[in-house]
Amino acid sequence: MPDPHRTVPDRVRTLPGWLRLAPAFTIALLIVPVAAGLVAALLPAFGYFPPLGGMGPSLDPLRDVLSAPGIGRSIFLAAMVGLVSSAIALGLTFILLACVWDTPCLSAVRRLVAPLLSVPHAAAAVGLAFLIAPSGFLFRLISPGLTGWDRPPDLLIVNDEWGLAMIAGLVAKEMPFLLLMALAALPALDGSRRRMVMASLGYGRGTGFFVAVAPQLYRLIRLPVFAVIAYASSVADVAIVLGPTTPAPLPVRILEWSSDPDLSTRFMAAAAALVQIVVTLSVLGLWMLGERVAGWLWLKVTTSGLRSGGGPPMRAAGIVLGLAPMLAIALGILLLILWSVAGPWRFPDSFPASLSLRSWMQMGSDAMELTITSLIVAIVPTLVAGVLIIACLEVEQRTGRTGGSRSLLVLYLPLLVPQVTFLFGLQFLSIVGRTDGMIMSVMMAHLVFILPYMFLSLADPYRRFDKRMLQVAAGLGMGFWRQLFQIRLPMMVGPILTALAIGIAVSIGQYLPTLLIGAGRVPTLTTEAVALSAGGDRRALAVAATLQALLPFVAFWIALAVPSFLARHRRGMQIR
Amino acid sequence: MTTRLSATFAASLLLATAGSLAPANADSLADFEALTEGARGETVFFHAWSGDPTINAYIEWAGDQVEERYGITVEHVRVTDTADVVGIVLAETAAGRDSGGTVDLVWINGENFIALKEAELLFAPDGDGWADRLPNWELVDVEGNPSLTTDFTVPVEGLQAPWGTVQFSFYFDSDRIDETPSNPDELLTWAAENPGRFTSPQPPNFLGSTFLKLLLAYTVDDRERLGAPLPADEAEAALEPLFTYLDELHPHLWRSGRTFPANQAALRQLFADGELEIGLANNPAEASGAVAREEFPASTRSFVFDDGMIANSHFVAIPSNANAPEAALVFANFLMSAEAQLAKQDPAGWGDFTVLDVAALEADVREAFGSLDLGVATLTPEELGPAIAEPHTSWLEAIEIRWAARYQGG
Repeated sequence: MPDPHRTVPDRVRTLPGWLRLAPAFTIALLIVPVAAGLVAALLPAFGYFPPLGGMGPSLDPLRDVLSAPGIGRSIFLAAMVGLVSSAIALGLTFILLACVWDTPCLSAVRRLVAPLLSVPHAAAAVGLAFLIAPSGFLFRLISPGLTGWDRPPDLLIVNDEWGLAMIAGLVAKEMPFLLLMALAALPALDGSRRRMVMASLGYGRGTGFFVAVAPQLYRLIRLPVFAVIAYASSVADVAIVLGPTTPAPLPVRILEWSSDPDLSTRFMAAAAALVQIVVTLSVLGLWMLGERVAGWLWLKVTTSGLRSGGGPPMRAAGIVLGLAPMLAIALGILLLILWSVAGPWRFPDSFPASLSLRSWMQMGSDAMELTITSLIVAIVPTLVAGVLIIACLEVEQRTGRTGGSRSLLVLYLPLLVPQVTFLFGLQFLSIVGRTDGMIMSVMMAHLVFILPYMFLSLADPYRRFDKRMLQVAAGLGMGFWRQLFQIRLPMMVGPILTALAIGIAVSIGQYLPTLLIGAGRVPTLTTEAVALSAGGDRRALAVAATLQALLPFVAFWIALAVPSFLARHRRGMQIR
Repeated sequence: MTTRLSATFAASLLLATAGSLAPANADSLADFEALTEGARGETVFFHAWSGDPTINAYIEWAGDQVEERYGITVEHVRVTDTADVVGIVLAETAAGRDSGGTVDLVWINGENFIALKEAELLFAPDGDGWADRLPNWELVDVEGNPSLTTDFTVPVEGLQAPWGTVQFSFYFDSDRIDETPSNPDELLTWAAENPGRFTSPQPPNFLGSTFLKLLLAYTVDDRERLGAPLPADEAEAALEPLFTYLDELHPHLWRSGRTFPANQAALRQLFADGELEIGLANNPAEASGAVAREEFPASTRSFVFDDGMIANSHFVAIPSNANAPEAALVFANFLMSAEAQLAKQDPAGWGDFTVLDVAALEADVREAFGSLDLGVATLTPEELGPAIAEPHTSWLEAIEIRWAARYQGG
């Protein structure tokens, strides 16, 4: 029998009823295309695809995959590179933060993040490859002067069998993302006061960070870390540029099988995509085991009473170590921009013999149109995703229901299923619905890929929001909408803008969805860029990458600049 | 809840559907003028590889011409890999869209053509080929160039219209190499003397496979065999000389054969960076184009093996579910015209060799072809020497399997 004295709490009553549908609606929005994609991946994997005469069910495709030459090593490489690169990226991120948190250096790091995040992965990889290859910039700087080489040495640096170059590339490209997530989460941890407490207990800056901040910070960015792991273990474009080839990591081989003129290999592509899902899940499982070990170690160390952090030399070393990968990739990107205006630039010349705008002219008159299309295709779904996510989180916060692990799993699916296979399903769906080739459908597809990343970046800051603010507001008679628009959203403008910028960056980076769902009829900067760079002229790729990076760069810049500007008179909201 | 919303989602997809997409009718090629008139106002979505700005510019030019003359709009859909286009047609057919497809015309040849042909996904009015019924077909060099009617040993049967023809060649920096290898044995000797300065893309990449086919033609006991399927039980013995050669060559390759460039683009980049001294091209005009763009040194030249190089042709095909097959026919016919072929062979642009029988053309056109300056690094058709036809696909399949097992086993 219900207690008659217990009234429905205010916070529930003020929530508009229709808004409660938001989570279900959002999940459905993700489930439909993902499920279609999964089915499309599953059926051919088990031999069912009538247009190619596959009437299944059969285990042959799976058997073919598992007996392909070098498949064991391909699987190992995908898992190893995913695990190692994520661990190093996270480790370096924490080391860097430990050295710079609560210092003026932090804002310098913050400034480095935006441009690095804006550059598409593949372009960043090409830039890094040009930096470190035997015919690359570093060797050119010291040749022939120091080395006597007038021809590049025959050294296996890029595409090495152990994937070291690929790991380096992924570390450098994932660190900015992790830093961005960490920087967005740090204010919630009230770093300055923690540091003062730790300092009064005799802890050095670095040690203090690892004892008092790192564990909570990790918990806040755990989902983004998972996304990084899933991405790194299933990435194909970076692997093509930097990874081993004999054999290549599994994702590259999936791509090869799915674009082989011999259509029968498409069954293998589907089966290999299944294997890829298992690989990615296993890597995540291993990571979670690692979390336990790390947690145990952390407990041992922090309860040992160790306080000193090694002092300034150690700190300087930490900063150098933490910044090195990002500076390397930043340099690679600058070199790529230089390539976009380079005339002849041959080994061992350190710099181009002359400059030319020829490659920029090639983009020419279409550039404006392409930019506008790219913007529309990025901004509309990003805004839709933003509204949906805020609605979902608001419902979750107000009703106290977190949606549970079930909804989280759905959010992760677009990140876990290898894009190329999952997209076939999406493409299929849009063809059946006869919506392929329409800008609406492209935006819809982008939404599927944008939503998870934006949710990842926004969920934790939203959940961490100090609800006492809202209780005070309610106490002052503010209704639901006023609480949302006058208290919560303005206070969260930083994380929200960051999430929007991520949405735009993810959207701009989408090549395959734009191509497949758009049936090639919705040309964006990215589709044009990739098409042009297929010819192998580094200049064409450089022009394209620069154009591609420009829009997200502006978005990230806004996301970092606007909150500081708004908070210039509000000390408690300032980000340091 | 989820189910209901899924239904809503599907419904919204359906609501967004474009207007009616009636099946196209091109049953009669007999009256081409009427067909051309009927195609006025239609749009051809032409899916074509677009990695080369000069090719893109040529397609734009050709599109402008048919727009002006026949009121047909050509939209060049950018493509990085023609196999993706095969995938689109496949997906559309799987979804039951037998007409109103998104691909009206595709630049294609070889394995992709065979894949579509075998799956019966190519446009065939009255159940028959169309290319040999186009007005400009009579200009095509059917007699002189067998690769125009037999693509990778598979009969074309008019299911695709010839667009251009290429012959495999090597390019090199003449400032660094005085004497170029004239056969595989000399290439091996050169590679041993210049370790790490030669490689080819990793099969199944098209260019890498073509290099293997070239070596096959030189190592196989009898070249005539290549036109016929390779029986499975003879594969081991027939391919043994090829793999003996590769075993010897690989240690001298770039990075000692421990890794290979992914594709033509990567190979070109390596040559431009000076890592390689000999590169491979499918299109004989490729090196000249790269010189013109200052990508390659001005001293870049081309060479071939004495006893011939692999030659093949490339085509345009219409998928069976094309939305505007009539307009695609008109455009394909224009691409085969003397005017379009001449413009295509101009090395200031694309520089791709014609499929027409130049000797049989009218005098002024013939002269115009003759006066084209092919570019510093391009060999003339005479210099290119004998053409080796593409082997039956079963040979390459057998090679690829063994190559993977031998060199990428990890």
